[in-house]
Amino acid sequence: MSDILSRRTVMKGAGATLGAAAFAHAMAPLTEWSKDLTVDEFLQKHYKELTRDEMARILVHLKAEAKQKYGRDVDIKDLPPQEGVSFGYALNLSVCIGCRRCAEACHQENNHDRSTGNSYIRVLEMQQGSLDLEHGNANYDHPVPAEGKYYLPVQCHQCDNAPCVKVCPVQATWKEPDGIVVVDYNWCIGCRYCEAACPYHARRFNWTKPEIPPEELNPDQGYLSNRVRPQGVVEKCTFCLHRTRAGRLPACLEACPTGARVFGNLLDPKSPIRWVLENKRVFVLKEELGTRPRFFYFFDK
Amino acid sequence: MTATRHLLDYPRFLGRLLWMSTDGSWRFYTWMTVLTAIALVGANAWAHQLAEGMALTGMSDHVSWGLYIANFTFGVGLAAGAVMMVIPAYLYHDHEMHDVTLIGELLAIAAIAICLLFIVVDMGHPERAWHLLPGIGRFNWPVSMLTWDVVVLNGYLLINLHICGYLLYMRFLGRKPRKQWYLPFVFLSIFWAISIHSVTAFLYSGLGGRPFWNSALLAPRFIASAFITGPAFVIVLLQVIRRFTGLPIGEGPLRTLTSVMRVTVLLNLFMLGSELFTAFYTGGSHATAVRYLFFGSHGHHALVPWIWTAVALNITAAVLVHLPATRRHVGLLNLACALAFAGVWIEKGMGLIIPGFVPSTLHEVVEYVPTLTEWKITAGIWAFGLMVLTVAVKVALPVLSGQLAASHAAARH
Ligand code: SF4
Ligand code: SF4
Repeated sequence: MSDILSRRTVMKGAGATLGAAAFAHAMAPLTEWSKDLTVDEFLQKHYKELTRDEMARILVHLKAEAKQKYGRDVDIKDLPPQEGVSFGYALNLSVCIGCRRCAEACHQENNHDRSTGNSYIRVLEMQQGSLDLEHGNANYDHPVPAEGKYYLPVQCHQCDNAPCVKVCPVQATWKEPDGIVVVDYNWCIGCRYCEAACPYHARRFNWTKPEIPPEELNPDQGYLSNRVRPQGVVEKCTFCLHRTRAGRLPACLEACPTGARVFGNLLDPKSPIRWVLENKRVFVLKEELGTRPRFFYFFDK
Repeated sequence: MTATRHLLDYPRFLGRLLWMSTDGSWRFYTWMTVLTAIALVGANAWAHQLAEGMALTGMSDHVSWGLYIANFTFGVGLAAGAVMMVIPAYLYHDHEMHDVTLIGELLAIAAIAICLLFIVVDMGHPERAWHLLPGIGRFNWPVSMLTWDVVVLNGYLLINLHICGYLLYMRFLGRKPRKQWYLPFVFLSIFWAISIHSVTAFLYSGLGGRPFWNSALLAPRFIASAFITGPAFVIVLLQVIRRFTGLPIGEGPLRTLTSVMRVTVLLNLFMLGSELFTAFYTGGSHATAVRYLFFGSHGHHALVPWIWTAVALNITAAVLVHLPATRRHVGLLNLACALAFAGVWIEKGMGLIIPGFVPSTLHEVVEYVPTLTEWKITAGIWAFGLMVLTVAVKVALPVLSGQLAASHAAARH
């Protein structure tokens, strides 16, 4: 009896050892992954809880990392929102010709993964006489503007009642005082609930590590905006806050050849965006959802 | 016995159970080995996915949830449905049912384990899960429905662990369980079961930008289908247990569960019909996703075979459970259970999650097809869940049937 018992025990021991070895083998690919994960990174606090010193150290670290990976000096800033500034954006659908230069500029400016051609802007080719997105087409491939069509560029609307912010289980995404909705790339757990919640297809997930040739890297970077994102987190348009918080205009606006885009401070009565809001009949997309966008459209004629 | 003694004895009891769970026939070892192998294949695929990125899945920025969340949703239903054994036993004092409710609770535990794993593998950064811990992280409760889901799922797990652990421990000690230590939890678990599936439905139905999900009928539909899969699984499970362990399980529980299914299969079909009517009669953009699901749109048809298979399975199962012949032939009943289980798996999985994303919010039609990595991980998680269930049932049975009791244990030493 005791013989059988002990044989059993030995067998179980052997089984357990074998199982453990097989498990270790199965999980082997993780060694590569864990090499990239430092303790500091793992324990890093939420953006809003970081002290100035901690942020300074993180920025130094990120710059060193970029230097090592791309062999280039990049400047990563953490610009705060400015007092008395609240951003708004408007787009003139009468003059937009659907050339997609804004989308291309976004791709360059924001250090998007080259192979996927990612951009925060999608331009829909719309049927004249219809505002129904169902008749839109984002994959048009012919000379523009085409007969009987108009063009509707869509990017993050920086909603004041943003569904994406509401649903995030860990507050990794929030609205800044100047109206911009940002993501803490070091806090996001990558559940993509926000991507499901956004009604404007404004969010992107990093399905893999973004790859950019060193010479194409945009070295003017923001911590909350266009620094090269880690794999496995969500990102979105930030109205180029690394530019706009420094008094410059968004890259998409500068690239637009027709002047369809108008950007500015909603709190400044003399800003061009205020002029548009006061003098044009503007509308927002999917107003019925109650998202209260800060991105407005209008027609001239 | 004093409380401190329990503190020592209870872990010892659990340890004994676990040790016992590794004893078994060659059938048991084969079964567990096969499951382990599948689970390891899944673990390996997950390790690759984590290292190389979720690009290994078929998901995209257009369809950003896929097979994992589909299985998660279904798993929540299974966990909630398992409580269908508890309701007749405790609310309607069905005595035969009483003896097997524990099995339903064990199933709930295994199902929740599955659900939690499906969430983990869907995350881009699972190592950051600690961000969800209230206090240390930033738990966005009560605003985010996902945090509610975290609370109710883990709560359900704890409640069921407590009930099962307590009842088994008392049987082991050969004492009568004290009502105040488990009855309140049993009633709580009934209410809680409804809540886990409602909250999971609210995850989707609360999103205004996704018309396919944005329906008040979603939660009731979830509950109805949960009360199909739970009973269907348990009916088969009880027979398996009876066959392999000789635990005397009467026909009563099987009959009760079949009656439950008779109602819920019809209810589920009825609600599906109501949704279809609203979508197609109204038409417009609200119907696009439904049209895509059932008939395809703009030349894309990936989900059409899935959903029609589901409809066929559900209708056949509904007919079968109502046939008088099914009362006499247990084979027919088992077939009906299998069909209903598979039917709901498709309907509440691929048929529910994917059309929420197709067409996308900008009305682009980008299709989703799960990759091999996703299938491997999915199979691995189910295999792991079955291992949990097997072990749980296996350790519970000797206690239930009185083979393992403190008195025997003492005599052996
Ligand atoms: S457009 Fe989408 S991502 Fe941007 S704020 Fe609104 S919901 Fe969030
Ligand atoms: S993907 Fe990141 S930002 Fe989006 S909801 Fe999940 S944790 Fe929040």
